[in-house]
Amino acid sequence: MAQAKVIVINGKDNVATALDRLEKGTTVSVDVKGRTEKIGVLSEIPKGHKVALKAIAKGEAVIKYGETIGRAVTRIAQGEHVHIHNLTSGPKGGKA
Amino acid sequence: MTTFQGFRRADGRAGTRNHVLVIPSVGCSQVCAQAIARGFRGAVCLPNVFGCGQMGEDRAIVRRTLAGFGANPNVFSVLIVGNGCEELSAGELAGDIARAGKPVEALVIQEAGGTRKTTAQGRKVVAEMLRQAARLGREPIPAGALVLGTECGGSDYTSGLASNPALGFASDMLVAEGGTVILSETPEIIGAEHLLAARARTKKTARQIIDAAAWWEQRAIASGQNIREGNPAPGNIAGGISTLEEKSLGCIYKAGTAPLEELVGYASRPAKKGLVYMDTPAHDIEQLTGMVAGGAQIVAFTTGRGTPCGSPIAPVIKITANRQTFLAMRDNIDMDMDRLLKGRETLALAGKRIFDEIIAIASGKLTKSEKLGQGDFAIFKMNPDI
Repeated sequence: MAQAKVIVINGKDNVATALDRLEKGTTVSVDVKGRTEKIGVLSEIPKGHKVALKAIAKGEAVIKYGETIGRAVTRIAQGEHVHIHNLTSGPKGGKA
Repeated sequence: MTTFQGFRRADGRAGTRNHVLVIPSVGCSQVCAQAIARGFRGAVCLPNVFGCGQMGEDRAIVRRTLAGFGANPNVFSVLIVGNGCEELSAGELAGDIARAGKPVEALVIQEAGGTRKTTAQGRKVVAEMLRQAARLGREPIPAGALVLGTECGGSDYTSGLASNPALGFASDMLVAEGGTVILSETPEIIGAEHLLAARARTKKTARQIIDAAAWWEQRAIASGQNIREGNPAPGNIAGGISTLEEKSLGCIYKAGTAPLEELVGYASRPAKKGLVYMDTPAHDIEQLTGMVAGGAQIVAFTTGRGTPCGSPIAPVIKITANRQTFLAMRDNIDMDMDRLLKGRETLALAGKRIFDEIIAIASGKLTKSEKLGQGDFAIFKMNPDI
């Protein structure tokens, strides 16, 4: 079996973690709740960083470990890099 | 029942090490205390700079931390070195440590006639203490006597995915043996405090957890800071961690799944066994110091980016799942969890490896930080010195 390049920790998550750098324009297979989904990578994802598994609306919770890790500050498309440029800490998606 | 080879103490606790500890009760006597311990194998001096100029809660924290180090089961006996006019006197500290059933002596520079005379007297005391310490051997001790401090620092994406869950498995194993596991670093439970509160044994402990997380955030705001801007740190961010919540959720995996028995203050000794929470800062060395002062005889420290951190009296096992870090910092990092991260090892096997290493280190195997003489020590305070 090919080694997974991205890890989804919890079935509720809307982001996955890349175990290796993902190149823009490539497609990765992701196991979500036993199903394999194909995600087109829209921007380069550095090793260890997060990729969106589905579209996330502005203000929506970003979910990893099955829990809220922050809010989207802009609309995030499936396959996009999710990091400090489009994700912020705090219950209101802003400063605590 | 698992056992380790440890040193039985008068108060019923057991050590993983058998140090003779020299404690300067005040910053003014530190240089003299260092000179007393210098060159003696088995003697350690705490680089304490406080003991004068702290008031109220800070004075209590400094006293508790220094006394806690003296009373720690990894210490055979203690020499306190004071100056003489300080706020926290050598006699007061010696009393605290003697009450814990530990052999302790005190020297005061102003009374002994200056630094040279104090140093000469102190070296005689330490030489005799070391002779006595050498007579005590290790004996089999139930693993349930262990108090394991858990810590993570320099986290990256591998911490929450592999090294912390593996340490959590080992934590659960130790709790099942009747041992104690300390989870701490309150600023790094922010965003995950509701999960810990839900595991609290009592409503009081649940409320204390929520209140502690809120206190640290409010404390930062009161001083004009936003805790969520300074944490995660730049290295965490480069390593794929975007927010404090994400870091915290990864952090708390190292505590395993046991119920949370109680919350104790900084450098305080837990009354309960099982998983306990200590309210400490996230500052790696202040946190480590608090847990060892609270009686931890061994610490497991996960890292992603790498850290050289160690304690003067407790072995600190460094664990990473970042292969690059492990290879780059071989002289600092003890264990590699890369196989777990890559899905080539189960969580149970990785966790068992950590548990077995905890037992081996507790029984006398040296950690990388001990081989390097990495004796980090820093006391958390609330207020500026006076």
